[in-house]
Amino acid sequence: MKLARVACAGAIHAAQPRQLSDGRWGVLLTDGRTLAEEEVVWLPPLEVGTIIALGLNYAEHAKELALSKSEDPLVFLKGPGTVLGHRGVTRRPAGVKLMHYECELAVVIGRSARGVRRADALQHIAGYCIANDYAIRDYLENWYRPNLRVKNRDGATVLGPWLVDATEIEDPGNLGLRTYLNGKLVQQGNTRDMITDVPALIEYLSSFMTLTVGDVILTGTPEGVVNVDVGDEVVCEIDGMGRLQNTIVGDQLFGR
Amino acid sequence: MPLGARYATLMDVPPYRLSGMVYGTLLNHQTSLQALGDDIYKPPYQGPPRAPVLYIKPRNTLATSGEPIAVPPGVNELEIGASLGLVIGRPACRLSEESALDYLAGYVIVSDVSVPHTSYYRPSIPFTARDGFCPLGPRVVPQAAIANPDGLTIRIYVDGELRQTASTAQLVRPVAKLLVDVTDFMTLSPGDILAVGVAQPAPRVRAGQQVCIEIDGIGRLENPFVGAPA
Repeated sequence: MKLARVACAGAIHAAQPRQLSDGRWGVLLTDGRTLAEEEVVWLPPLEVGTIIALGLNYAEHAKELALSKSEDPLVFLKGPGTVLGHRGVTRRPAGVKLMHYECELAVVIGRSARGVRRADALQHIAGYCIANDYAIRDYLENWYRPNLRVKNRDGATVLGPWLVDATEIEDPGNLGLRTYLNGKLVQQGNTRDMITDVPALIEYLSSFMTLTVGDVILTGTPEGVVNVDVGDEVVCEIDGMGRLQNTIVGDQLFGR
Repeated sequence: MPLGARYATLMDVPPYRLSGMVYGTLLNHQTSLQALGDDIYKPPYQGPPRAPVLYIKPRNTLATSGEPIAVPPGVNELEIGASLGLVIGRPACRLSEESALDYLAGYVIVSDVSVPHTSYYRPSIPFTARDGFCPLGPRVVPQAAIANPDGLTIRIYVDGELRQTASTAQLVRPVAKLLVDVTDFMTLSPGDILAVGVAQPAPRVRAGQQVCIEIDGIGRLENPFVGAPA
């Protein structure tokens, strides 16, 4: 099952993706209403708990950023205020030189995990989402890098469009990821190229912290990140999980 | 009660419930910059932070006063950072210095526990995000009860012995300025906590010891440190 959260006509609803009779995509609300994709406001598919993000978890991307593989996975945390739903807008501050998308497989914890072994790890997953975890590299500092000003900005972690139940993903270690910038393919990879794969990540994280229902692991991004500008449309795709759309907007919209 | 859930009950003023998000500020106490000395200007850092460098104490780290904190297996000592915690009262985005304090619900003591580590280059999650590594308490004191958050004395006692005395007067970014600079890039939500920064050198403790952090006007946060369960 794929479960989205959408707002429409004064309420928040659980919804499932459906193809409409006219061929367009849309959603079926639990109360029976069917609406087109653009007729609802897409919210992040869950109230996130702790967001745990991986840096440099694909070999080619690590090379692209001229960084060597560290011994332990590079893990950082993010707050819930950065999360944004499908079809939202993300602000690019005026004057920055490099803001880029990062298409990532997001793993949602479904069962508390502490000291979990790799072989049992998948049992602790509720499902998966697509994530587009923007970074603004101008703000990088060499303290707790990547610092929150780079990676934890309001509305700069797009999550969705829906939560795909874990039973629908046979192998999280073999999923193609793609990002399209204004329709052009700019980023491509496969989760099989992760340096630390999903079961190993759960084993590693749960070795020192308890993972709780609703915690989200953003598993890193492959090579192919390029700058985005105001007006750009960014679409991230993962095999079998749909497409996650976002638009870059400028300061003006925020009265800056 | 599930892990860390007791923190939610520490607040008698609006919004009455902590969100569970605790943000810490790295190197915002002058003594913490001084402790690094010239290393600040060398690789990999190449200068002090230009904007606030925050870190997150995730919900598995939250504990309340009196809860025992486990020293992980294979670790001899833990470092105790003591900080004033700002408790957000209403959505705080792009604040101005003049009105920043109006967005606070109150104040709380944050005990920022970590496995001692020497590098601040990469996020130190395995050192800082262990279960129970962020006791909060004893209660959220209403904002109006503290006349000047930039003039509070913080004391750390280990087994009753005074081990550190610091003041929020020594913050690199004082409370209002810190709120302005943080909310320029991220919104803080009601019930979030922003720890303003810990002083150095921070005391270290072993299993079997008792830590008490005291801030004038806020109270005492006390936690025993115990060996990890087998």
